[in-house]
Amino acid sequence: MTRGSGNTTKQPGNTTDGRIGTMLKSIIGTAVVLGVAGLGAPAEAIAQDGGTFAVRGATIHTVANGAIEDGTIVLRGGRIIAVGRDVEIPADAEIIDGQGKHVFPGMIDSFSSLGLTEVGAVAVTNDASELGRWNPHLNAHTAIHPASEHIPVARANGITHTMAAPGGGGRFGGGGGSGIQGQATLIHLDGWTVEEMEIEKTAAMVIGWPTLSTGFRAFAGFAAPGGGRSFRRAQERFDEQVAEMDAWFVAADHYRQAVASGSSRVPRDIQLEHLSRVLDRGMKVIVRANGWREIESAIEFAEKWNLDLVIAGGNGAREIAGTLAEKNIPVILGPVQRLPQGDDTAYDDPNTLPGVLHDAGVEIAFATFNSSDSRTLPYEAANSVSWGLPQDAALEAVTLAPARVLGVDDRLGSLEVGKVGNLIVTDGDPLEITTQIEWVFIKGVPSDLDNKHRSLWEKYDSRPARRVTTTTT
Amino acid sequence: MRHPTKWSIRRVGAGCLALGLAFGVPGGAAAQEQPILIRGATILTAAEAGRIEDGAILFENGRIIAVGSTSEVEAPSDAVVIDGTGKFVTPGIIDAHSHIAADAINEGAVSVSSMVSIHDVIDPTDIALYREAAGGTTTSHIMHGSANPIGGNNAVIKHRWGEDAEGLLFEGAPPTIKFALGENPKRAGSPTLPGQEARYPASRMGVMDVIRQAFIEATEYKAEWDTYRARVAGGDRNAIPPRRNLTMDPLVEILEGTRYVHAHSYRADEILQLMRVAEEFGFRIHTFQHVLEGYRVADEMAEHGAHASTFSDWWAYKMEAYEAIPHNAAIMTRRGVNVSINSDSGEEGRHLNQEAAKTMKWGGLSEAEALATVTINAAIQLMIDDRVGSLEAGKDADIVLWENYPLSSYARVRTTYIDGEVVFDIDADMAMRAEIEAEKAELRELLGESDDPDDERDPGRRPGGGR
Repeated sequence: MTRGSGNTTKQPGNTTDGRIGTMLKSIIGTAVVLGVAGLGAPAEAIAQDGGTFAVRGATIHTVANGAIEDGTIVLRGGRIIAVGRDVEIPADAEIIDGQGKHVFPGMIDSFSSLGLTEVGAVAVTNDASELGRWNPHLNAHTAIHPASEHIPVARANGITHTMAAPGGGGRFGGGGGSGIQGQATLIHLDGWTVEEMEIEKTAAMVIGWPTLSTGFRAFAGFAAPGGGRSFRRAQERFDEQVAEMDAWFVAADHYRQAVASGSSRVPRDIQLEHLSRVLDRGMKVIVRANGWREIESAIEFAEKWNLDLVIAGGNGAREIAGTLAEKNIPVILGPVQRLPQGDDTAYDDPNTLPGVLHDAGVEIAFATFNSSDSRTLPYEAANSVSWGLPQDAALEAVTLAPARVLGVDDRLGSLEVGKVGNLIVTDGDPLEITTQIEWVFIKGVPSDLDNKHRSLWEKYDSRPARRVTTTTT
Repeated sequence: MRHPTKWSIRRVGAGCLALGLAFGVPGGAAAQEQPILIRGATILTAAEAGRIEDGAILFENGRIIAVGSTSEVEAPSDAVVIDGTGKFVTPGIIDAHSHIAADAINEGAVSVSSMVSIHDVIDPTDIALYREAAGGTTTSHIMHGSANPIGGNNAVIKHRWGEDAEGLLFEGAPPTIKFALGENPKRAGSPTLPGQEARYPASRMGVMDVIRQAFIEATEYKAEWDTYRARVAGGDRNAIPPRRNLTMDPLVEILEGTRYVHAHSYRADEILQLMRVAEEFGFRIHTFQHVLEGYRVADEMAEHGAHASTFSDWWAYKMEAYEAIPHNAAIMTRRGVNVSINSDSGEEGRHLNQEAAKTMKWGGLSEAEALATVTINAAIQLMIDDRVGSLEAGKDADIVLWENYPLSSYARVRTTYIDGEVVFDIDADMAMRAEIEAEKAELRELLGESDDPDDERDPGRRPGGGR
């Protein structure tokens, strides 16, 4: 198949691609069977017989243990069974020549609305946000649309996993406001059903922290009449909202005690039942907060309730980087390609933030908080490198660091024996825009790299030259 | 002369601690004072010369004097010589679709708002001018919004941070006007308020009808003026001029080929229909903006002579963007359409170089073709390519010196020159941060940070929490 011209290489992993393609079909068939059989088992009870694959003679960037030149990595039964320079390739392995290629762990978008938002402006296609402010019992898992066009688009650029989270969505972000937005789910970006995709059905509870704001940011030329409120009133309003949040945690704590007492007279309250699970670090709590005062408030709150806190957003985190490091609170950073917050904020404030946090010892992970932009995740990381974030830390912040932040680094995030077989084969640095992703392996098998964009490109790139017809000119 | 208050602190608001801090290079310099030679750099010219390794560029009095290999370009003795070893030089980036530095964008009460102009609302204090210059952008097309099928008139500006509104305007840039098709002029996302009547049009049929009817009226209006002028020319002293119609005047300019249409569009069907309506009235759609489905009608666009200014990879944010593909620029380029990549955003306008690089990844444009999408092609679309868009002797010295390869996610600007003057420089920026912090501290002291419970001012950022 020839296409256009220029330097784009033919992408393998296409189902029309000979033997691998045929295998892929049979693997998919197997996966369906196993997916059903695997109900109730750990979600990554993956295609146990998914076949054996080896990438030979590539530069293997393990993330955990440096890079291996002229290395080989072997995947079998869905897992990495060998990685190194002198590795015996099983006789039945399907071999990919890795000469001149690079192998990296698949990238993890730490916070997205993949599968939850299809068309930003079309409300009926959005399931990321629910009405009401107190939804600890809702789970993104319930609404993941495995056939969303966004998933293969992200996957084709090397994004293999995401934490799909409630409370966001839409082209312009939509923070979801203050309140308990529900549970986020951690998924592989491949699978026929959400059950095949899931890694952790409940990866975290997502909370939108109240914002301490004196004003209303002008939007599209509209500003609130009379301008903003005073700082004192903003603080009062903020304190009220935090108190409201606190009341939910008090209730959850009481509910837990009541249930633990064994009394048969405790009516089941599904909201409190779910919320009580976050107490005493029973579940990760991802708090969306940007200003340092808000982050500080969330930290204080998390200490009071002994929460396993992760900050998401964190635009103002540099002001309290020391505190975050000292208390081991990771930050899932919002897009680096965003505007600085104030007119008087340095032009490169978003670019320098990741490096500043890294230097201070804060664990950082990148995220897009979006669905259609998920494929641009690696560029968010790269945009910090020329502003102080070390190259290897940038790569780690889209691979192993998110796995640690989300508590799955025993299975994901690096190329190590025993981990799930998630990797990408590229012609270069995946954080660089012009790099092509040539193979994506998820759960030890090649993923289809075809997607809506590639299909439309191929279709219209091969449109026959227009026959000139009579017009009304 | 540049405005005397160029680098002074300016207030952007009153009654609050609003610091409109003028980042920029201190010194109040007027026009470029000394010749500058950058040498030893890799120069991406966006001109026939293409890429020049170990290249040099000399500029003086705001104009490029010479571009070539370092050994070829000689510097006058008074030139400031900058070592560009390991660095890259490109033309200043041109953003063919922007909404920064304007106090208003949409006059949406009417379906035809050709009587209004962005020229009347240029805001030279918008920090986006500086921030985008820090990303290499030197010229922007500030466009009216997309609320109406025929929108207002646009303005082309240079990012001469520190100038007043008039000083920003790109001298002699041909006039342009905004049209808009599809969801936005239908007001699909803007429900009417109770008691408010819906505004026609509400469908793509209506959008095209509004445009057609406006040009029927403009044709008649033009005929009245043509008749009047013919009578005056024929010596008729009793000829009475038709009443001026400010809505119609720009449309007459379109018909006469002196004002250029930039049409916001998404779907292939509306792109095609607008070209046909324009052909009915004998004019051309100069540039389709966004044009996310241009890849479906690229041949028709090339035949009509329309240019395309699109996004790199945005999609699915609205229904009419659901079939957008990042290969759009490449497909249209291959089929003979002049393509630029624009920002439509004060954020994206800070890294159009990276957006251009995406055309290399998706669809395989060459380095030169990719760079052209944010330089010379945009200049051609704005008809200012005799002045800017490439590095050639005689052109304006709008030049970007990059720390590293510009068509990359790792790219970073070192210095941006407009008319040979520094509008952004890494070191100058760092120096100003200290000044700004000091100035803020002083202002805080003047305001009297107090423990008074009635003091309703924001106490500001935590002392010592700077960057």
